[in-house]
Amino acid sequence: MAYVAKPAEAHGNGHHDEHHDHESVKVFGFWLFIITDVILFGTLFAVFAVLRGNTAGGPLFADMIELPGIILSTFILLTSSYTSGIAVLQMNKGNVKGLIGWLAITALLGASFIYLEVNEFIHLVHEGAAITTSAAWSAFFTLVGTHGLHVSIGLVWMVGLMLQLKRQGITPVTKRKVTIISLYWHFLDVIWIFVFTFVYLMGVM
Amino acid sequence: MAKHDAHAHSSHHNGHGDSHGSLKSYTIGFILSIILTIIPIVLVLNDLLSKTATIVAILIMAVLQFVVQLIFFMHLREEESPRFNLISLVFGLVIVVTVVIGSIWIMLNNAVVN
Repeated sequence: MAYVAKPAEAHGNGHHDEHHDHESVKVFGFWLFIITDVILFGTLFAVFAVLRGNTAGGPLFADMIELPGIILSTFILLTSSYTSGIAVLQMNKGNVKGLIGWLAITALLGASFIYLEVNEFIHLVHEGAAITTSAAWSAFFTLVGTHGLHVSIGLVWMVGLMLQLKRQGITPVTKRKVTIISLYWHFLDVIWIFVFTFVYLMGVM
Repeated sequence: MAKHDAHAHSSHHNGHGDSHGSLKSYTIGFILSIILTIIPIVLVLNDLLSKTATIVAILIMAVLQFVVQLIFFMHLREEESPRFNLISLVFGLVIVVTVVIGSIWIMLNNAVVN
């Protein structure tokens, strides 16, 4: 990965290397942001683990969760993580069209994920499981919703980046931005693995 | 920056082992992730194991998938030393594990006292 800052290597033009180092420091800075986000999700998982049984006589997770739709979302997000990786490979080849195309596919998969999640939430609320129903459902909506919010922000960001790539092409700056967003996207998939396992699979057991 | 320059930049990038993976490594990671997602689904939907065994098994699958994605998607193994990325990740995970396990532990004790 080597997203880390390295001492300037003496070759080529000095300014170029300085620029390169500057960009890798920014990628490392983003990595540190991801670590703090991991801690944010850690606290939400802790809240969920503590409150998951406190249903206050309301609906139970096991009765409300519809696993087939969630399994579909899981595979959609996993595939989008893979396609964002392919976008980075296209970038390394210097193929702007391929890069934008694979980012677009990633964004479409992310949008389908959000569409399914919003539908799930609407369905749950209609069935009587809202964020105010019980401590368990508050924890559920906070944890799953925070992840969904992250994915939504990533989508807006990805569309903006595609526009910038179209105008500016692959430069050290846009390269760094693509590296960062693909890192962010992989991270969201990793969080989803744990949401899927802790909330959904353990919820239906 | 001119396009050919950007390209030169990318080869310079790879020339120092600074690559961001290959199609092969992404595909291996993707296939392993699919397998590690299907196994827990099958275990849970078919009630193949006892409840405790199922929980342990699906947690192991989740952690394995986490490791697979760190290696094949986020290229954590390709980092050169000093491994700041790995160190900061381990730091974050120590906090997460402390918060999650600590919360569950203290709240279980709380239930006993009441």
